[in-house]
Amino acid sequence: MAPESREKTWSRKDLIGIEGLERWEIELILDTAPQFVAVSKRESGIKKVPLLQGRLVVNWFYEPSTRTRTSFELAAKRLTADTLSIAASSSSSVKGETLHDTLANIEAMHSDVIVLRHSAAGAPHILAARHDSHIINAGDGRHEHPTQALLDAFTIREHIRKLRRDPEAGLDGVRVAIIGDIEHSRVARSNIMCLNQLGAQVVLCGPATLMPAAIERMGVEVTHNLREAIDGADVIYSLRIQLERQQDGLFPSLREYIRLFRIDTAALAHAKPDALVMHPGPINRDIELSTSVADGPRSVILEQVSNGVAIRMAAMHLLVNSGGRDRH
Amino acid sequence: MSETMPPEQEATVVMGESAMAENLLRMAHEIANDNPELEDLALLGILRRGRPLADRLAAIIGKLTGITPPVGSLATTLYRDDFRGGLGSPKDKGSTHFDFNVDGRTILLVDDVLAAGRTIRAAMDEVMDYGRPRRIQLACLVDRGGRELPIQADYLGYSMATDPGEWVTARLVEIDGEDLVLVTRRDAGEEGAR
Repeated sequence: MAPESREKTWSRKDLIGIEGLERWEIELILDTAPQFVAVSKRESGIKKVPLLQGRLVVNWFYEPSTRTRTSFELAAKRLTADTLSIAASSSSSVKGETLHDTLANIEAMHSDVIVLRHSAAGAPHILAARHDSHIINAGDGRHEHPTQALLDAFTIREHIRKLRRDPEAGLDGVRVAIIGDIEHSRVARSNIMCLNQLGAQVVLCGPATLMPAAIERMGVEVTHNLREAIDGADVIYSLRIQLERQQDGLFPSLREYIRLFRIDTAALAHAKPDALVMHPGPINRDIELSTSVADGPRSVILEQVSNGVAIRMAAMHLLVNSGGRDRH
Repeated sequence: MSETMPPEQEATVVMGESAMAENLLRMAHEIANDNPELEDLALLGILRRGRPLADRLAAIIGKLTGITPPVGSLATTLYRDDFRGGLGSPKDKGSTHFDFNVDGRTILLVDDVLAAGRTIRAAMDEVMDYGRPRRIQLACLVDRGGRELPIQADYLGYSMATDPGEWVTARLVEIDGEDLVLVTRRDAGEEGAR
């Protein structure tokens, strides 16, 4: 079938970050996801489609991960791909093999998609430039976590559409407050760029020691006052606080952090009545989010997880099946 | 499935409004006669133009028999075997949706233009993923030839032989504002849709 119109089509080989993606590319991934949500929700029959049948998707994780790794693996399986998982601890990297050599060996087995998580910012970018496999960044150091930002934007958009009863509504003018350790968060970086591209307003809130210098240059507002951040927000996005940051002396005590920045029922009283509460997981219960809020009616945390599979299916489908070879 | 009409080409009408209505009425009669167990029949229109055709056939069957079979939509995009045209946004194409169980039913696939047969192959695969229908039938408004798979329509409005340099386009009131089937000469060298 010929395309109904000369619409833009995906041409990138890899998904390395949100940075550099055009708005239409982000929207294309978001628009591709609903059909995959429907596949996962099938009540009868088979919860998979043959779009990546016979392809090889390799999950290559150098850092611990349950949610993201499982989500990518399930996404690949729901597209009928074959999957392999390589954990760094059991790979030849411990014997001193370079990333390039390890990937060259994986590619010698005819891999199609490489999902890479690595503690070094830029690792996926370096590999994508030199190798032919489609590389998807599943988190690189403090740099980016693009599929997390995409699934978050998708989750927000679905809710905005329901709230406004407008199936075409976007994120223009939607106010998102991101709370917590911005400095060390690749989720926050990817989200800021993704939300900005989609026309949302982002306000960041957290201790000054966990706020990058001159972050306003990314086109965001900054406050250290939780109530100020929450006031008028459509979305309250709580980040995971890494407990070792306290040992690094970046905030005095957990008790103080909880008192100033925890999202609980009292804090939510200042938010819009229909504001969403989000978290990338895993949650430190009763530290950055109170249990009553995490499990409460405004929380869409488990929807984020469900949508993550669909977004990753959409990303893999677009990369592989559009024949995209463009390196960035 | 309809082909996109190239711009500013001279088109020949091969089926007008009244001919289309007559064809659909005849097809509905044939479907009703072949399916005495009408309670078990369900129609799936292949998006986009198969869906309004399925709605019309179901309505005519309802008038003829008193039983209107349920109708759903099938997108087939997730079951295609080629992406030569690139992947556009699926936003405007719609998605598969039906609220009946296919197990044990007769599923009638409805499309506008039958050509290579690859869309129908994808549609059958998709239906099978939802369950095990008792049988699958096919109704098409036009068969333009050029089959690449051993697939034939059980109910057909109009059959015509075309060459690869011709486009066959169905236009329907619900989507295009008029009921017509057109044949258009295409510039040589331009690869056609199937």
